[in-house]
Amino acid sequence: MNTFKIFLCLLCIGVNASAQQKPVAFKGALIYPINGAPIQNGILVVQNGIILSVGNDEKAIPANAEVILVNDKVIMPGLVDTHSHLGGPEGGDYSNPINPEARAMDAIDPTSDGFKKALAGGITTINVMPGSGHLMSGQTVYLKMRDGKIIEDLLITNEKGVFGGLKMANGTNSMRSGSGFPGTRAKSASLVRELFLKAQAYKKKMEKAGKDSSKMPERDLAMEPLVEVLNGKRVVHFHTHKSNDILTVIRLSKEFGFKPVLHHLSEGWKVADEIAKAGLQASIIVIDAPGGKMEAVNLTLETGAKLENAGVPVAFHTDDGITDSRLFLRAAALSVRAGMSREKALEGLTIVGAKMLDLSSKVGSLEKGKEADFIILSGDPLSIYTKVEQTWVEGSKKYDITNPADRAFLTGGYGVFSSDRGEFHHHGDEEDDAKAGN
Amino acid sequence: MKKSFLVLLISTFAPIYLLAQIAIKAEIVYPVSAAPIKDGVVLIENGKIKAVGKAAEIIIPSNYKIYESKIVTPGLIDARTLIGMSGVLNIPVDQDQLEKSSPIQPELRAIDAYNPEEALVKVAREYGITTIHTGHGIGALVSGQTMVTKTKKGNTDEVVIKPFSMLAMTIGHSVSEKFTSPGTKAKQISMIRSELLKAQVYMKKMLDKDSTKHPTFDLKMDALSKLLKGEVKALITANKAVDIMNSIRLSKEFGFKLVLDGAAEAYRLIDEIKKANAEIILHATMARNEDDMLNMTRESASILTKAGISVSIESGYEGYVPKTRIVLFEAALTAAYGLTFDEALKTITINPAKLLGVDGRIGSLEVGKDADMVLFDGDPFEYTTHVTNVLIDGVVFYDKIK
Repeated sequence: MNTFKIFLCLLCIGVNASAQQKPVAFKGALIYPINGAPIQNGILVVQNGIILSVGNDEKAIPANAEVILVNDKVIMPGLVDTHSHLGGPEGGDYSNPINPEARAMDAIDPTSDGFKKALAGGITTINVMPGSGHLMSGQTVYLKMRDGKIIEDLLITNEKGVFGGLKMANGTNSMRSGSGFPGTRAKSASLVRELFLKAQAYKKKMEKAGKDSSKMPERDLAMEPLVEVLNGKRVVHFHTHKSNDILTVIRLSKEFGFKPVLHHLSEGWKVADEIAKAGLQASIIVIDAPGGKMEAVNLTLETGAKLENAGVPVAFHTDDGITDSRLFLRAAALSVRAGMSREKALEGLTIVGAKMLDLSSKVGSLEKGKEADFIILSGDPLSIYTKVEQTWVEGSKKYDITNPADRAFLTGGYGVFSSDRGEFHHHGDEEDDAKAGN
Repeated sequence: MKKSFLVLLISTFAPIYLLAQIAIKAEIVYPVSAAPIKDGVVLIENGKIKAVGKAAEIIIPSNYKIYESKIVTPGLIDARTLIGMSGVLNIPVDQDQLEKSSPIQPELRAIDAYNPEEALVKVAREYGITTIHTGHGIGALVSGQTMVTKTKKGNTDEVVIKPFSMLAMTIGHSVSEKFTSPGTKAKQISMIRSELLKAQVYMKKMLDKDSTKHPTFDLKMDALSKLLKGEVKALITANKAVDIMNSIRLSKEFGFKLVLDGAAEAYRLIDEIKKANAEIILHATMARNEDDMLNMTRESASILTKAGISVSIESGYEGYVPKTRIVLFEAALTAAYGLTFDEALKTITINPAKLLGVDGRIGSLEVGKDADMVLFDGDPFEYTTHVTNVLIDGVVFYDKIK
């Protein structure tokens, strides 16, 4: 291969490999690094998709850096949404209440315009989940809001070596008649216990086989993710609302030795101490009013505050389309209204969610060495008047409010969103929901 | 005997008389009908506003109970909701907003179903929503009647201020999803037109000087006659441009007063809406933009207001979680998308009061109006602000930090 061709190859690699070659310094904003106190007149330096430094020392700006002035702005880490249905993840079908083998990655459309909403809301990392109409609806995916035509372009592999979790649910949504679905809570729990017993047996067989491939049990797509759960590799994300249903999840997790992340928790405030004692993390939805189903009648804005007081790590989620990704900051603000501390509320949008996904070494705070995911806000993150002005993913600007095409995804308008209904985690009226068990 | 009777009389009425005298002192009073008043005072007596003005100009009598606040606004009005009719549990026995036996039932009265003690009425009240326009719902050609009520506790006849406000109507696929007939939109419109024609005939016969020629009194026809006579308005849920135009066409043909409910694509039909004198109740700003709402914009309130159209904002109908939206939050967001603070406040006070025909008694802080007001510890639209007190007819119904 001659020199010229080598040169061309190197050029291509150079152009494609990194978001920017020169370092970029964002100067003058109030920075919330999250892993420490807010920094006035802050300086954030990024290069090749990674954070070089965070502070307010001018000397930290490399000589060849492009300097962008962001006076009067606020910079925070890109937000982490631990529970979303953007992109149409679907999940298990209604032939079976238990579908560990079904994968959201096989359903999601990465070009879905829903992901534009996430960027407009400042969200850069998302756990996209199958729905809650099953005891176990399938494997979730952890996505970074990069550009991508194929799902593999958006996947993030975490510290444990997986790029998603496992979605489970109990309570109303996963109970219905037909096809082996449980009609009662006791049956819901026993089906799950039987499944985990099977998984434990399969795991034993795998371990016994050791390196001898002839002794390995046949591959079982349902068992494999469950073994990952039992090995602490794959996180179970468990949708649960009522206090007794939450305690059932705790009981199950103790019996089989895994630590699920608890999701929604309408009555989590009632059993905050029990959740804390079990050492579990809480991903909560912040929603304007109670009701819509029996298990949500005692839902309150105070959940975040009550869990914080009990020492439970709290993250927020949108559960898009239940709440809108563009309004994710609102979850923190309303929780502060109801008594949560500002500090923990901001952590709930960022680092705590990252920890739940085993991604905290990469995202969730503005620290040297972490991925350059950050948002530039027009003002205080907890103000209704604040807008996300820019969203940067791995050092690349993916959303800019001054770009009319981007702004249209924030406000909506004629022809802005496509009519692909598969996209939305659709909850129709109560009849549809009763039928579909969503 | 006489003495004890007197004691009884005094002890019965004395507490009411004492409670009836309240003074609200606020850093800013927003009357809505006039400019904001810095260091203002509102005096309340017997459930009505007695005075509104600068603290320096109003003497507070010594026996008045004083509440101090940062901000006070008129009680908030939800231009269209389903609370009290569509209950919090979302099970068949607590859902009274949609009768599915037939697609046109204008005779169904909201007062026969409204539950003032329903959990969500309390939720709304504690956010300062003191009056609601509630009643029959979305999904039938004519689902029934709506009413206007205060959100205070009591039985229906005590709290309602307008028992028959509008006829709730819907045009669109949500109707065909619930009924075998009508299936298509053309059928929906033709069914409405047929019934209205029948009502025109009924009305004409009822006006006959010879009373023997009068038809038998018919609840359905009577309700439709009220619409045709202009005594009540048509509240038509229509979000897509096509359905908005269908509504306008109907109102032109039959001469009824049209209120477009939802009106997600109204921003595309401003001239037509103005020409038709149609009024607008705008969908919740945070409504999910799917199905008929796909083309909605958060800037609708701003676009319509700038075009000179009065905008009232609703919480609307929710079929799942949350079982209601909170109109305070919905209006608040419009202040972040183009409306001034005062304009946004109007969308949940004087604008809906006028649209509902109850602006003689609510919607602004003016002498003689009902003492409905909300006390806030900061900008009412900010996420982190709390409602501290809610008064309805001069009675404090909510008295803590929220």
